[in-house]
Amino acid sequence: MGLVLPLLIFLGVTFLAPLGTMLVRSVYDPVVADALPATLTALREWNGEGLPPEAAYEAAAGEIGAAREARTLGQVASRANRLQSGLRGVFTRTGRDLREVVEGPWRDAMAAIDSAWVDPGTWHAIRAAGERITARHYLNALDMQRLADGSVARQPEERRIYLPLLWRTLLVSLAITVFCLVLGYPIAHLIAHARPRRAGLLLALVLVPFWTSLLVRTTSWIVLLQTQGVVNDLLVAIGLIGDDGRLSMVYNMTGTLVAMTHVLLPFMVLPLYSVMRSIPPLHMRAAASMGATPAQAFRRVYWPQTLPGVGAGSLLVFILAIGYYITPALVGGSSGQLISNMVAYHMQTSLNWGLAAALGALLLVGVLVLYLLYDRLVGVERMSLG
Amino acid sequence: MIAGSNGAEGDGRSQAKHVEFEGVSKSYDGHTLVVDDLNLGIGKGEFVTLLGPSGSGKTTILMMLAGFQPATSGVIRIGGRSVQDLPPRKRGIGMVFQNYALFPHMTVGANLAFPLEVRGIAEERRRERVTRALDLVRLGGLEDRRPGQLSGGQQQRVAIARALVFEPELVLMDEPLGALDRSLREEMQYEIRSIHQRLGVTVVYVTHDQQEAMVMSDRIAVLNGGRIEQIAGAEGLYEEPERAFVARFIGENNRLHGEVLLVEDDLCEVDVGGERIRAFRIAPCGVGDTVTLSIRPERIAIKPQQDLYHNEVDAVVEDMTFLGDHLRVRLAACGRRDVVAKIPNIVGHGAMMVGDPIRIGWTVNDCRALDFEGEEEIA
Repeated sequence: MGLVLPLLIFLGVTFLAPLGTMLVRSVYDPVVADALPATLTALREWNGEGLPPEAAYEAAAGEIGAAREARTLGQVASRANRLQSGLRGVFTRTGRDLREVVEGPWRDAMAAIDSAWVDPGTWHAIRAAGERITARHYLNALDMQRLADGSVARQPEERRIYLPLLWRTLLVSLAITVFCLVLGYPIAHLIAHARPRRAGLLLALVLVPFWTSLLVRTTSWIVLLQTQGVVNDLLVAIGLIGDDGRLSMVYNMTGTLVAMTHVLLPFMVLPLYSVMRSIPPLHMRAAASMGATPAQAFRRVYWPQTLPGVGAGSLLVFILAIGYYITPALVGGSSGQLISNMVAYHMQTSLNWGLAAALGALLLVGVLVLYLLYDRLVGVERMSLG
Repeated sequence: MIAGSNGAEGDGRSQAKHVEFEGVSKSYDGHTLVVDDLNLGIGKGEFVTLLGPSGSGKTTILMMLAGFQPATSGVIRIGGRSVQDLPPRKRGIGMVFQNYALFPHMTVGANLAFPLEVRGIAEERRRERVTRALDLVRLGGLEDRRPGQLSGGQQQRVAIARALVFEPELVLMDEPLGALDRSLREEMQYEIRSIHQRLGVTVVYVTHDQQEAMVMSDRIAVLNGGRIEQIAGAEGLYEEPERAFVARFIGENNRLHGEVLLVEDDLCEVDVGGERIRAFRIAPCGVGDTVTLSIRPERIAIKPQQDLYHNEVDAVVEDMTFLGDHLRVRLAACGRRDVVAKIPNIVGHGAMMVGDPIRIGWTVNDCRALDFEGEEEIA
């Protein structure tokens, strides 16, 4: 038991801890609440209709100035900006110009700097951003928003991004799983029932790409599929398509599907192979001797016995596909992007970690639900990964 | 299940042939023949065993009959009809495999129903026939178990029931008892024989176990190197072997090699280690040929009374083993030191000591001059 301790510590530090912080981050955001405590207190008096009381303006003016001194105004501004675009500029401008204002009334002074301060929407945004524990990242990730009166509604149609993307990710993963199964099943069968030498060779053919760098394989697909690439050249050469009718097979959904199916194929073949190898060939003979046609023998005798492998391979491929990042990022273009690319975007570019964490958490929940479903239907203990 | 003859002691030669092999040969590589010019007829309701060592071609013959291997040449007929172009599923043959080949993902009942299902038999009749087949192998009520929950003997019974449930007229069994332990095997031998007698189906059975073959079969075909050495009932094979291989393979025998000195109709005289032995001339040998004389150990008499035996020679007791119902004596005689005699443990079999010089004898009927197999095989 003591010997697994290093692994447990390693997993704890590198896996569980980051996972935990990200999950916390998806619901906990203290930046605005810490920077504008008095403003938020004053806004509690406000019933949400018309403009907030002068006390709120006064507190806001003081705290925006303090935040500017403490150099946290940028963070506050970007969070407010996520709730209502344009607020980033309002905050920076106000912070800069307020230095010249020494006394109230603050409402007029701030209105003079930016008319946004006499728009109730601005104050709603500040109040919402001030929630320490918040569901807004999840609402955001599900293309929903909280209206001024506190009710939850769907985003207007043109602003729905994530749900369609989640949907697309789900469908693409499903399609890739089906492709892998359709392509992998026959080859796994061939390897499992070939003579040892031939089986070894075939297995190597499946495994060698597996050992090649993912990046190399993905970029090779670019070489093959691009407009001036090998496949198009070949199709033109044999006259199947005209030179002006070259197919665009990369930097779109086709590229994502082709490359990801290829990359994930071994994860389907290996579990299938190991399950098929344990099925005696005699079973098919027995079925034939009892009068079954090859199709009947396959359907009733062979296929049911491969189900643990089909389940394991499909689950593996699906789970890997649903969170796949590199391949769609490289060959997907804009139409072949998946949800993971959006997570990466929010982690690296927009720096909206809360939203990235919420999207990640949704993926995690999806995978867990699937796993439980599989356990209920097939039983995880019957899964064989080979 | 199958109406008709009791079939138990059915004599293949007098009835219409159910299965016929005519000049059938099989080669996997184009050079060596695994089955070499097989000619064999099996009567309806007959129980025929193909008996031979591994590599003798017995399983290949079975697979050709089942349709899993094509014959390289020759004709196989079932019920008078050539089955050359008939795939296995259309031959209507029940098969029992060595490792049962039960489908682990199906219950016992579903396993048995499978052959009926693929034949499109209605659910209700299916259940009825499954029940009957299970009762036949004394496993009634186990329909809902999985094969993995059964003992080896029970699994074998299920496999037999599954081969019989669709009422085939011909059942093939490929070493079905090989995976069972000895006592269970003997029990199953009697059970298979009793099922065969009740149903009257034709059975072709493959084994390398001579005792198994002798317990169950109407006729036994002894195979060696892809050829039938001899085909006969158990008694015929034991009492009247026609080939040295058969004499060696079935039961125990003494093999004495010698040169033919004299031929006299169906008798001959052979010089074995300086002794003149009179023997039945089975192999078509002439003067000067080398032959193998086969004598069963229990047919050698110790201290024979005068004139009762055609052959009498001097011997020395080399070794004695007490085996309960009989005494096994190894003797030096005819220039060899491995002549074995079995003496039944009956009153007055006479006391002997190792090293005693004695006389031994046997009749000409118990001494058969067979083909010469070569000395090196007699290790």
